[in-house]
Amino acid sequence: MSSVSPEPPTTSVTPPGPRVLDVRDLQVSFPGKGWRTPRVEVLHGVSLDIRPGETVGLVGESGSGKTTIGRAVLGLAPVHDGTVEFLGERIEHVTNRRRRRLSRDLQVIFQDPFASLNPSIPVGDTLAEPLHAQGIPGQEARRRVLELLDRVALPADAAQRLPREFSGGQRQRIAIARALAIGPKLIVCDEPVSALDLTTQRTVLDLLLEIQEQTGVAYLFISHDLSVVRYMSHRVNVIHRGHIVESGDAGQVTTAPRHPYTQRLLLSAPVADPAVQRTRRAALDQRRAEENA
Amino acid sequence: MSEALMSDDHPRAGAAAPRRANRARRFLRNPQAVISALVLVLIGGAVLLAPLLSTGDPDAAELSKAFAAAEPGHPLGFDSAGRDVWSRLLHGGRNTLGGALIALAVALSIGVPGGLVAGYYGKWFDALANWVGNFVMALPAMVVLLASRAILGPTMWVLMVVLGVLVAPSFFRLVRGIVANVRGELYVDAARVSGLRDRRIIARHVLVVVRAPIIIQTALVAGIAISLQAGLEFLGIGSGDLPTWGAMLNEAFQNVQRSPMFMAWPGLALGITSAALVLLASALRDVLEDGDAKPPKLRAARRARVVTPATPDDDRPRASLLSVRDLAVSYGAGASAVDVVHGVDLDVAEGEVVGLVGQSGSGKSQTAFSVLGILPEGGRVSRGSILLAGTEVVGLSEKGYRALRGDVVAYVPQEPMTNLDPAFTIGSQLVEPMRLRLRLSRKAAAERALELLRQVEIVDPRRVFHAYPHQISGGMAQRVLIAGAMSCDPRLLIADEPTTALDVTVQAEVLELLRRLQAERGLGVLLVTHNLGVVADLCDRVAVMNAGRIVETGSTEQVLAHPGHPYTRTLIDAVLDDAPARPAWVAPRTDDGTEVPA
Repeated sequence: MSSVSPEPPTTSVTPPGPRVLDVRDLQVSFPGKGWRTPRVEVLHGVSLDIRPGETVGLVGESGSGKTTIGRAVLGLAPVHDGTVEFLGERIEHVTNRRRRRLSRDLQVIFQDPFASLNPSIPVGDTLAEPLHAQGIPGQEARRRVLELLDRVALPADAAQRLPREFSGGQRQRIAIARALAIGPKLIVCDEPVSALDLTTQRTVLDLLLEIQEQTGVAYLFISHDLSVVRYMSHRVNVIHRGHIVESGDAGQVTTAPRHPYTQRLLLSAPVADPAVQRTRRAALDQRRAEENA
Repeated sequence: MSEALMSDDHPRAGAAAPRRANRARRFLRNPQAVISALVLVLIGGAVLLAPLLSTGDPDAAELSKAFAAAEPGHPLGFDSAGRDVWSRLLHGGRNTLGGALIALAVALSIGVPGGLVAGYYGKWFDALANWVGNFVMALPAMVVLLASRAILGPTMWVLMVVLGVLVAPSFFRLVRGIVANVRGELYVDAARVSGLRDRRIIARHVLVVVRAPIIIQTALVAGIAISLQAGLEFLGIGSGDLPTWGAMLNEAFQNVQRSPMFMAWPGLALGITSAALVLLASALRDVLEDGDAKPPKLRAARRARVVTPATPDDDRPRASLLSVRDLAVSYGAGASAVDVVHGVDLDVAEGEVVGLVGQSGSGKSQTAFSVLGILPEGGRVSRGSILLAGTEVVGLSEKGYRALRGDVVAYVPQEPMTNLDPAFTIGSQLVEPMRLRLRLSRKAAAERALELLRQVEIVDPRRVFHAYPHQISGGMAQRVLIAGAMSCDPRLLIADEPTTALDVTVQAEVLELLRRLQAERGLGVLLVTHNLGVVADLCDRVAVMNAGRIVETGSTEQVLAHPGHPYTRTLIDAVLDDAPARPAWVAPRTDDGTEVPA
């Protein structure tokens, strides 16, 4: 495990071309708890990039720093060092005013559909928020809200209801509608389906794919689940303890990983086929034995 | 997306009643709130209309009438200086309540904005404001008030401003605490990413949350301000010339031997006002804060486990370890009862691992809880039979259950961390049940606990034994709970989503551990899970549950490879294990703007 960090990441070089997002050597650290304790660094120089209309997956376990990358891109976590370039503009340290204008092109879908919607505000008002923030007048905003609800297959009367009247999957659709409101170029999807049931998860993922095909939006897709990331992403980055240890095409990284950590991640996920799972388990046991030897 | 799948999106039950109207109605239905508010309105109204309601100047003294009894136009008689008590009471109320209002206004206008800024922005202002707030709270209020009077002069109104500053920290701390919490909510982050200005975020998302606590705190602080103000006046530390309730008490006290009734009027006025404020505050708390509280808990329903176990009318053989027949679980009582499990049959033989799969709300956990006799408040087994190692547990007393838990059936929960008490060491939490159940000495139990920790593959059992729950990881905590479940050598283990909260690599280790323990001890396991991969990994047989019913049962191989029920097929189809990886990215469309990778 400790041998993981120093190894150079197994990276496939991305071809040249325009980038929606270009993150270079990103370092994020938080103040330590207590007086004069050193800062705790959670990202130790992370680089990744996303092309227009592309989904780049970011997979890792809890505490790996995958959520922090998304939050740093959104300006919700402090960038200590490195650069974040969005549509050709450095955004790691921008003013609040500029950051508000960025919201037109850069949006988010959070993991927890129960916490990401204000429980006391009707869904329609929540959806109208980004529209108002961009100065779209009331009448026009109302019309757009109905369009958005239709876009994510929710009934029009949902606008008057409170979040608690919706299931997890429906709430996540509302969160997707909010992210889509202004037609962004990039949406950071932070574990968007991990709180959902299996079948609901599939429909939400399919909705995201469908939206991407229609609008050409790019996704930074953060998840702990390799199979979800494989389904969604063109390219995948594997993050472990604040380092990206492997990155490459989704097919290669999620089926024939090169880095030992990714291999262990893949072998650890049980598959819903007893025969396949038996061989996978045997391979994992063998790995463990080798590691212990 | 198919309609069939959409319909599996269970909406949370809940009436669409508008929230605000709901609160007003709840307020009107709460007699305590209505009566105390009414009393306050009456007092406030009387005090405001003092010039109309009173017959004379409160300061007009007629020495000849000192201590005179009531007479027409002077319903409460005259005080020691021959002044009309009724008009002094009304005009005094103006000063007393007015003073309290000033103190409140000052406290609110310092405390609330200060708390908002400190809670929302934090950083240096938060540190500074906290320090100042703590400092002010540490000051003895009476001493500060006495000193202020000496410096600023004997004006009641100035003293009330000082009092306002002194109680401001109580608002500051309240608001700051709540705002700091809301600040961390995802919906505030979402609003920021939506491009909202801070001002708008505070107005829309933050103020809403602090409104109710501020109203409640205001009522409480008003009561305190009134009593402090009266106390000052009673001690003669106000402005001596103004009629106030406190000053009236002071005068009455000096003549208490001669005319004790004079104490009663200002005393009553103060008492009733303060009591009404406190009662209003507590009623408001009920009305405003418990807005989403569930309907009153049905304690009776839980106690009344009166169901007699039904004898199943079919002759299917029943498994020796666990056999559930026609189990129904209901919540609520009478006409409002809701069934969440409808007639479930389930068997677990000795040494067999049975998976119970389904989505959230399918009733799988309710079924497991029924077997353990730990259904949440309001839930009860309304029908059916559960044989646990030959003992019928439907209708069993709590005492009867206790005899089964531990050495017949044990339980591993989903959230390992919340199932360990943070106040005790791991060791003591393992040792206590064993001393109780197995009647071991402290030393023997400790040895056994260490042995159990070793068996669940904890590398340094002695360190973990002495550690507190917050000092170990989630995976370690789950191992500890498994060790605890094994401590009395159960024959049946019920594991409710035992690996759902864990990382995938840790999950693999815990599954491995469960498999080894199961094989070594010949455990029967009922594994409740939504993860078909976990089922494939561990289970011999599987039962698929949907909407409170078991739709399919069979060997794991057969159910996963050849599902018989459409619902099972839907579940398996939603698994992404075999889904193809997304094809390579293609540069987005340039002309027609329709196609990106298919």
